[in-house]
Amino acid sequence: MIRFEQVSKVYDRRSRPALQDVTVEFERGQFVFLVGASGSGKSTFIRLMLREERASAGAVYVAGRNVARLPGWRVPRLRRSIGVVFQDFRLLPNKTVFANVAFAMQVLGKGREQIRQAVPEVLRTVGLDGKERRMPHELSGGEQQRVAIARAIVNRPDILLADEPTGNLDPETSLGIMAVLDQINENGTTVVMATHDHDIVNQMRRRVVELRDGRIVRDEQAGGYRTASAAPDEWVATVGETVQADPVRPQPARVETAEGPR
Amino acid sequence: MRFAFILGETFSGIRRNLSMVVSVILVTFISLAFVGAAGLLQLQINQMKGYWYDRVEVAIFLCTDTSTTASCAAGPVTDGQREAVRDLLESPTAAPYVKSYEYESQEQALEIFQEQFKNSAMAGTVTADQLPESFRVALVDPEQYEVVNELFSSMPGVELVSDQRELLEQIFSLMNMASVIAVSVAVVMLVCAVLLIATTIRLSAFSRRRETGIMRLVGASKTMIQLPFLLEGVIAALLGAVLASGVTWAIAEFFIGDWLTRQYPGTGFIAGGDALVLVPILIGVSVVLAAVSSLLTLRRYLKV
Repeated sequence: MIRFEQVSKVYDRRSRPALQDVTVEFERGQFVFLVGASGSGKSTFIRLMLREERASAGAVYVAGRNVARLPGWRVPRLRRSIGVVFQDFRLLPNKTVFANVAFAMQVLGKGREQIRQAVPEVLRTVGLDGKERRMPHELSGGEQQRVAIARAIVNRPDILLADEPTGNLDPETSLGIMAVLDQINENGTTVVMATHDHDIVNQMRRRVVELRDGRIVRDEQAGGYRTASAAPDEWVATVGETVQADPVRPQPARVETAEGPR
Repeated sequence: MRFAFILGETFSGIRRNLSMVVSVILVTFISLAFVGAAGLLQLQINQMKGYWYDRVEVAIFLCTDTSTTASCAAGPVTDGQREAVRDLLESPTAAPYVKSYEYESQEQALEIFQEQFKNSAMAGTVTADQLPESFRVALVDPEQYEVVNELFSSMPGVELVSDQRELLEQIFSLMNMASVIAVSVAVVMLVCAVLLIATTIRLSAFSRRRETGIMRLVGASKTMIQLPFLLEGVIAALLGAVLASGVTWAIAEFFIGDWLTRQYPGTGFIAGGDALVLVPILIGVSVVLAAVSSLLTLRRYLKV
């Protein structure tokens, strides 16, 4: 579904590259956590998939197309196959919940009937039944993020990118959001989530890809936020192991040397 | 659906950005009104050329009691002198140049004078013997005025040979100058209008960056994202052009067609109907300028 082949991204020649020689593949239907400190390259990773940026070297394949070489006029079609959710929700404050979600369909020229049918359905999926007419400021943070998720998936994209979707939410609300994302993943959507949230990564036990200084230092099928005992060079070693196994659905959690730190 | 949505976005943009849109309308209006005025002047010049060039003649004025020129030192024109001029006009010498001629007596001259100046106090004080009698000569080729001048100006009893086309040319060059000035003002104003449209679109795009950001992310096409802004600029300029067209028409209809025609009967003036040719020009200019400046601005300030 998503394949990076020796991708490097340099924003500015004098500074360190944001991504260096990254090769990784996410398969259809996977749920992948992208972890790493601020500045490790997570955002660049996501921006490359969306073709907000072009790779300086290497190839980025999304749904079979090399995004880096996609002509500008085909970018909208690429983005229709990707839903995006952000930490700051990015809702339109002067539109109701219904209108916010409908907006994503209207701008693609979808018909009124189709919108009237799809929006309540997707709001049910994210657990916002009966809140169609609320304004964003009347909602809690968690509810706002659910609206944003509804908007991201209402056009049925194959891929959902979530950039720190729980970054502004308390732990309990975050779990609710994760349940929604999990549900969406169950329905067959590939989900890639960049996060700092240890608890969530540790609880979900899904594939974890860790970035550090623009390189992938770990890729585990059902990992925690951090393998505490591992030294940096060992992390690199685990990359080779785990990429070879690579089943579509997450496997039961491997025996860990230690719990992820809390 | 798609079109209705784009229009809806356009109008919500106009509502949010109303003061800027109004200023675009006004600046476009004023600048295009100047373009319209220049157009009216040109139309009027053409009209007058068509009207006058057939009628304007070389006038051979004959001496009166009050003439002061040297050729009239002998007093007013005698019957013999008048006949000599008439004979020359009929003669084979003048025939290649003269198409036709008419004699205008002092009484006829007074009539025409009183008609032309009927609103002025002068009309009552002038008497027939103060005005010269004349031969009005239409030339085969109006450019050959000099030949006619040479033939007649030295004849006894002739006060003056005047090429009335020359007078008209002066009026035309005056009107041409006025229309050049109007066009210059219009150009400066149009530059203002273009810059103002660019600023308006930029502000509008900035105030709706949230919406356009989401449009981009969900994969809306370039047209869907940009068209509302483009339409905003074009609609504002179009409204300005409509106002300018209205004013141009009103000037032609009420000022020129009504008032001036009543003031100067016998002069060919244009009317409202003639001004309608200018309407598509004004509208075309506004749409093209607005579209080009909006597009350039969007390319620079609205990421798609």
